[in-house]
Amino acid sequence: MKIVVCIKQVPDTKGGVKFNPDGTLDRAAMMTIMNPDDKAGLEAALRLKDQYGAEVTVITMGLPKAEDVLREAMAMGADKGILVTDRVLGGADTWATSQTLAGAIRNLDYDLIITGRQAIDGDTAQVGPQISEHLGIPVISYAQKIEIDGDSVIVERQYDDRYHVLKAKMPCLITALAELNEPRYMTPGGIFDACDAEITVWGRANLVDVEDSNLGLKGSPTQIAKASDKVRKGAGEKVNLDVTESVDYIVGKLKDRHVI
Amino acid sequence: MNLEEYKGVYVFAQQVDNVLNSIAFELIGKGKDLADALGTQVTAVLVGSGVKNLADELAEYGADKVIVVDDPELKDYRTEPYAHALASVINKYKPEIFLVGATAIGRDLGPRVSARIHTGLTADCTQLEIGDFPITPVPGKEQKHNQLLMTRPAFGGNTIATIACPDFRPQMATVRPGVMQKRERVAGAKANVEEFNPGFTPDNKYVEILKVVKAVSDTVDIMDAKILVSGGRGVGSAENFKLLDNLAEVLGATVSCSRAVVDAGWKPKDLQVGQTGKTVRPNVYFAIGISGAIQHLAGMEESDIIIAINKDESAPIFDVADYGIVGDLNKILPALTEKLKAELAAK
Repeated sequence: MKIVVCIKQVPDTKGGVKFNPDGTLDRAAMMTIMNPDDKAGLEAALRLKDQYGAEVTVITMGLPKAEDVLREAMAMGADKGILVTDRVLGGADTWATSQTLAGAIRNLDYDLIITGRQAIDGDTAQVGPQISEHLGIPVISYAQKIEIDGDSVIVERQYDDRYHVLKAKMPCLITALAELNEPRYMTPGGIFDACDAEITVWGRANLVDVEDSNLGLKGSPTQIAKASDKVRKGAGEKVNLDVTESVDYIVGKLKDRHVI
Repeated sequence: MNLEEYKGVYVFAQQVDNVLNSIAFELIGKGKDLADALGTQVTAVLVGSGVKNLADELAEYGADKVIVVDDPELKDYRTEPYAHALASVINKYKPEIFLVGATAIGRDLGPRVSARIHTGLTADCTQLEIGDFPITPVPGKEQKHNQLLMTRPAFGGNTIATIACPDFRPQMATVRPGVMQKRERVAGAKANVEEFNPGFTPDNKYVEILKVVKAVSDTVDIMDAKILVSGGRGVGSAENFKLLDNLAEVLGATVSCSRAVVDAGWKPKDLQVGQTGKTVRPNVYFAIGISGAIQHLAGMEESDIIIAINKDESAPIFDVADYGIVGDLNKILPALTEKLKAELAAK
């Protein structure tokens, strides 16, 4: 079985968020990590590899430094890493990104493609389903459990108040939730090997069946009209009182605001 | 693509088990604002099996027209037949705006449809308005009028971006549930109802549903609660949520929680507030032992009144709280509950 896992290098917004004194986001001070949902997708692929035997290829689109997440993935157990990088691909929205990744994946044999549900920088959850559309294969989003059954995959798909157990013929694309599993750590031997491993680097010329008009900023239907670091509502009052005073304070405010 | 051909505001009227989701009414409500600004109408697209009788309800919440796509293949949600239904509606009726709820269904369906018809899709919008793009004129670039300006948070709620889709139609957005206002229901209101079936032929993209497993829950949806008593890691244990239950009971409130609480297994996921949980905007939000990670704030900062109790006076929750109390929740909550009981009994 051949599995392709799409991963993304993202700024760490959890815990590592840093602000400038004026309240804006200090991007330079933030660490980059492998996107958590993608890491869960990679772990799911590695478990299928452990259980059924599989070749796991990780692919990322980004700046040359995104090579770091490919090496991390290989240190966890992925077999091959592909970096798709080219200046003409920059500024892509989800349409152009999914066109790019689909164009790269058309070079590969695959039974299963796994992506994270969404990246923590954009939070769109669009690229996985859009890749599947471009490739003409079924998609199962929000997977919380994945099993293989012959030439099919059986997946528990989460909804708000229920889950569906779905069966799809491979090839198929699955988007994974961070809750799917607890990703394994890199092994010392894995790290050693991953440092020396060869990363395949592809540019525009390697993309199959994709028109220039669908790539990069120019190929992006959505355009940014305005962007700003969010201005949060200011803090109100903060008090440090003893228990009785605290209770009187809260009850007083609830009365003032006509809650009680 | 001749953009002028595309007219009207369309919304996906999500239903599950033949019950309309509240997001359908919220989208109609917002869609009416946009349609008024454009001088056009709102059409709800109802997709399912045996769902035609729901059209009246959509009319009562303000839909001018309802397109019903009814087919046995559409009984339970599956990506492919639903995507085919919406893409076919778009190709036939050519709407200028198409809104979908940013639910677990809409966030799967929206991208598949937008990719099929080649247009842009802006995810998880919290604000929609009609305006110019570029917002201010740029020399050498045509400023287009009557564009849908879609505003959404990104970077886990740290930044906010306004997006336009000037050269493709329809302009598509998924919209965060609980953010847009539904209109007052007008009993007996009628809409023009039209049935449309593009034909459904199963192929490799149709998945098979082996089983539907519903979570058993008798709790109030936290998105509908007027007062939320929300607990975080600082509550300490599942058992200690009793303190919050008691306070909630006195106030007629509902208990919710932060992600840390769900991760610890103290409360189920449907009570989770925040970026990966639900967006809430109650009249009063009590944040009890919640430090206030940015992802949590993204889900509750629109609440009318935020009251935070935390023993760590540097907790970021105090940056958004109207009233912040530095102190021990284990002492304050029981005393507050008793005091409120006495106050309410005296009324």
